[in-house]
Amino acid sequence: MNFCDYDLGGFFDEMFGENGQPRAAARPLARNMASLPPGELANRQIAADRALVQAGITFNVYGESAGVEKTLPFDLVPRIVPATEWARIEKGLIQRIRALNLFIDDLYHDQKIIKDGVVPTEIISSSKGFREQCIGLNPPRDIWCHITGTDLVRHRDGQIYVLEDNLRCPSGVSYVLENRRLMKSLFPEVFAASHIRPVSNYPIRLRDVLEYLAPDGVTPRVVLLTPGVFNSAYFEHSFLAQQMGVELVEGSDLVVSEGYVWMRTTNGFERVDVIYRRVDDDFLDPEVFRADSMLGVPGLMGVYKAGNVALVNAPGTGVADDKVVYAYVPRIIKYYLNEEIILPNVPTYICAEPKDLGYVLEHLPELVVKAANESGGYGMLIGPHASKAECEEFALKIKANPRNYIAQPTLALSRVPTMCEGGLAGRHVDLRPYILYGKDIFVLPGGLTRVALKKGSLVVNSSQGGGTKDTWVLADNPIFNEKDGDLKATNVAGAVA
Amino acid sequence: MLSRVADSIYWMSRYVERAENVARFVDVNLNLMLDSPSGADQQWEPLVNITGDHETFEKLYAKAATQQNVIQFLTFDRDNPNSILSCLRAARENARSVREIISSEMWLQLNTFYLMVNSAASSGKGFESPHEFFSEVKLASHLFSGITDATMTHGEGWHFGRLGRLLERADKTSRILDVKYFILLRSVADVGTPLDEVQWVAVLRSASAFEMYRKRHGRIVPKAIVEFLLLDSEFPRAIRFCLNAARDSLHAISGTPLGTYRKPAEKLFGQICSDLAYANVDDVMNQGLHEYLDALQTKMNSASTGIYERFFAKRMPETKNTAKERVQ
Repeated sequence: MNFCDYDLGGFFDEMFGENGQPRAAARPLARNMASLPPGELANRQIAADRALVQAGITFNVYGESAGVEKTLPFDLVPRIVPATEWARIEKGLIQRIRALNLFIDDLYHDQKIIKDGVVPTEIISSSKGFREQCIGLNPPRDIWCHITGTDLVRHRDGQIYVLEDNLRCPSGVSYVLENRRLMKSLFPEVFAASHIRPVSNYPIRLRDVLEYLAPDGVTPRVVLLTPGVFNSAYFEHSFLAQQMGVELVEGSDLVVSEGYVWMRTTNGFERVDVIYRRVDDDFLDPEVFRADSMLGVPGLMGVYKAGNVALVNAPGTGVADDKVVYAYVPRIIKYYLNEEIILPNVPTYICAEPKDLGYVLEHLPELVVKAANESGGYGMLIGPHASKAECEEFALKIKANPRNYIAQPTLALSRVPTMCEGGLAGRHVDLRPYILYGKDIFVLPGGLTRVALKKGSLVVNSSQGGGTKDTWVLADNPIFNEKDGDLKATNVAGAVA
Repeated sequence: MLSRVADSIYWMSRYVERAENVARFVDVNLNLMLDSPSGADQQWEPLVNITGDHETFEKLYAKAATQQNVIQFLTFDRDNPNSILSCLRAARENARSVREIISSEMWLQLNTFYLMVNSAASSGKGFESPHEFFSEVKLASHLFSGITDATMTHGEGWHFGRLGRLLERADKTSRILDVKYFILLRSVADVGTPLDEVQWVAVLRSASAFEMYRKRHGRIVPKAIVEFLLLDSEFPRAIRFCLNAARDSLHAISGTPLGTYRKPAEKLFGQICSDLAYANVDDVMNQGLHEYLDALQTKMNSASTGIYERFFAKRMPETKNTAKERVQ
């Protein structure tokens, strides 16, 4: 096959440079794909799809009849990230998570950042993610956000921006691992030539983080708490529990007694020390949060406050997911770390500020407007794709509750070649790397590349027609010879040694 | 092991076994019809009795049992919780909730099994080539239990699965025996006729017991058939065999030595198994087979309840340090 008729469409393409030639990091892959007989790529795509259905790697779609499972579409052309670029992303993410953790801790204690006038108090007090029940809490080892998935995008200018933070229960990492497993079987020869950093140790690192949080002096029992088989991410919960070798529990399996959490086993009750919970704050403990929750464990927060169980992530981290709080992150980093932000935010208009609000209402057709506390692509307006009536309707919503909205310029998300009807075509992508905060901060070299499969679409969410790709982060060494794309002989020798 | 997980594995196996048994009954009855003189008793109603779902059937169909509606009811009816399709849906849901515990091969097979029955339900295959369809169901079930035995650690979870499977099997064999015996001996005129023999062979076939019976007893004699299906200790679908194995699994789970008991479930199993070990088919017949089987069913139900209460029921920890500390 050849790439002659591949159209860059005026966007930044992750695989091809402006001259239409493969970027240095993508050359081994491009060469391999070019050498395949016609139709072979499509065959491999079919093989990948079939493998996913058979293995039942599925997610549930809300709003469709119960028990409906779908496979998450997978596209076999990976996104490739060169080593130097990744080094910067990694540094930027570590900086961001460190600052956000300090920010959350401050909010639930002295609120110095508010007293110093950096973040307005009403932004925090009106945030849905701020939990008064968490004021004064001291999570084990002062870590709140143990597991984060930060969404990154690249604009037409080639710059990588942070689009949003996910500090509650970010999902998707199981697809990173499964996609990689598939890709290794589909393109073994490219893996040999490209020096791609592995992701398979994620469950081990995750378990290390979880065990690190247990009270001293015990061999901790770690469990993963799932809302149950009807949750959209149930496959992931079950997969991670299996890969980590920990028990997968539902709320009804746990019970609080005498200041500890216990799980019901066929042989009596056994104590639980660390809970990786994939249940939202709201549903964790009906005695403290929503009283109608059937998913949580009555009394859990009491045990947590007493330090007799660790919750991962800590309750209350959602405040940093708030899309208005997001707009303050550059200032938050400056305030706590006295550093400039490494990975910039997307320029953001805060509707709660009158000047910004006026601009937003006048420029709705050019902007993307997001509700502060929604995720999954819900509650947002994409100006350039919306009708006049939709814009007007949304304007009313914004005026009614300006605090709840932010707006950003419409980004021209970068694209990656993607298998479509009629061959490869560019489709827009974002990237969600996963960050673990335990003894140190670890950024998984890879991440979930989400792709908007519909032509021209910018919405990458799985619930709305998005798919995924494997993400290849290349190792520092060996270095590519820019001229011919071959490995330098010395480095090959080094790699062998 | 979590109580919920044990419960799910138990029911997963039980539902797969139930689906297999329903496929057996229907298939054998279809064959039997082919051997019946035209217009002879259309024996479809007893089939509904065997599964114990007479009330559901009457509520859903409100008319006489025919081949068509009984097969629909027992095979594809989503409103009948014990139809093959419903059983597999339930088995799969249970498996899905313990996917990280069972082997991925087991999940794959159960998923494929369910998809096969589901597509037969919508394509009408069960009616077009019933024999092929029911054979596939039986085979898929055998494959599932074979994969289970070959890929899952024979630890606590596996024993719960075996417990579920064998209790279900014992229950179904006892129902076949009860219903068929009642019908066959009702028409005294038929005793000893070729038709009678054909019917008894059908009983054996529905438990896949015909060939093994021949090796053990040779001639087709009702009393020997009862003895074989009820009291044989080596034939894997005989009630005694099933209950002995279920008892062994129960003791493997609880760690209580065989021959002793700590909880009501173990006591009940011990009693049932000794009773079957020392029973004599003549005594059973004198007492009345129906009465004997009825009492046995009651005891098996109590034993199931005992298992539920011992392992699955949601209890709260007893206070003051009686909750078991985790072993370090």
